[in-house]
Amino acid sequence: MARAATTTDAFNAVAEPRRRQILDVLADGERPVNDLVGLLGWAQPQVSKHLRVLREVGAVVVRDEGRQRLYRLNGHALKPIHDWVKTYERSWSERFDQLDVVLEDLKQKEKRDASDE
Amino acid sequence: MPVTNSGTATVTLPTDEQILITREFDAPKHLVYRAWTTPELLKRWWHANRGKVTVVEIDLRVGGTWRYVMVADDGYEVAFHGDYREIVPNERIVSTEIYEGLPEGVSEEEGATVNTVTFAEANERTTLTLLVQATSKISRDAIIDSGMEAGLQDALDLLEQTANSLR
Repeated sequence: MARAATTTDAFNAVAEPRRRQILDVLADGERPVNDLVGLLGWAQPQVSKHLRVLREVGAVVVRDEGRQRLYRLNGHALKPIHDWVKTYERSWSERFDQLDVVLEDLKQKEKRDASDE
Repeated sequence: MPVTNSGTATVTLPTDEQILITREFDAPKHLVYRAWTTPELLKRWWHANRGKVTVVEIDLRVGGTWRYVMVADDGYEVAFHGDYREIVPNERIVSTEIYEGLPEGVSEEEGATVNTVTFAEANERTTLTLLVQATSKISRDAIIDSGMEAGLQDALDLLEQTANSLR
């Protein structure tokens, strides 16, 4: 299946689960690439590839310190996405909160039915 | 922007035409599937606290149609319908979705989305993913914008905290 065209912006950059994992690690603080490779357990080229995409959209920034390249999160680049999608996400969250209640009922009912047998 | 989620739906935009909604539930998948496909159960949660679901018609077979109508608290009525493309019980449903209030000049073909919902269970918990495939970026963006138009702007919630954590 052909991949759909994507715009290189922060919206798409964080849509990729592995890139979100990188951002989650960087949320705890600045890291050299080697640390990321170790923590994530992926091959270095793969980590570098995702870091490049994140850099292009400004989601991470890099600086050199001695022989190390240190990456850190730049939350400002990600905030517009979050703000835009937030209300949509919120309506689904509320819908699913109601679904939780229904599921709890169904679970109780199954339990009762099982103990009746 | 949580990667693991429980309690909060996570919305991402995998491509220009897609919306991906993910949520974990503390229930086995056959129950989540049942709540998703049984009209009287769907009526209890689909309203999202914004009104009352007045109509739920589900003809759950390939080629069968579905239709939901909700009357919001302010009296505004919204309706959606579509048909089923693929059904794997307790696993996956592919269906079309058309909003019955598309703007003038937007055809149903353009406005329709193809929605794939999957139910994956681990340790008696179910991860539900809903992939919404629109026909264009404009159409996809309009769906997300519709959340805003519906006046869903509330202030404090978990997502607010998430936004703050991104600073």
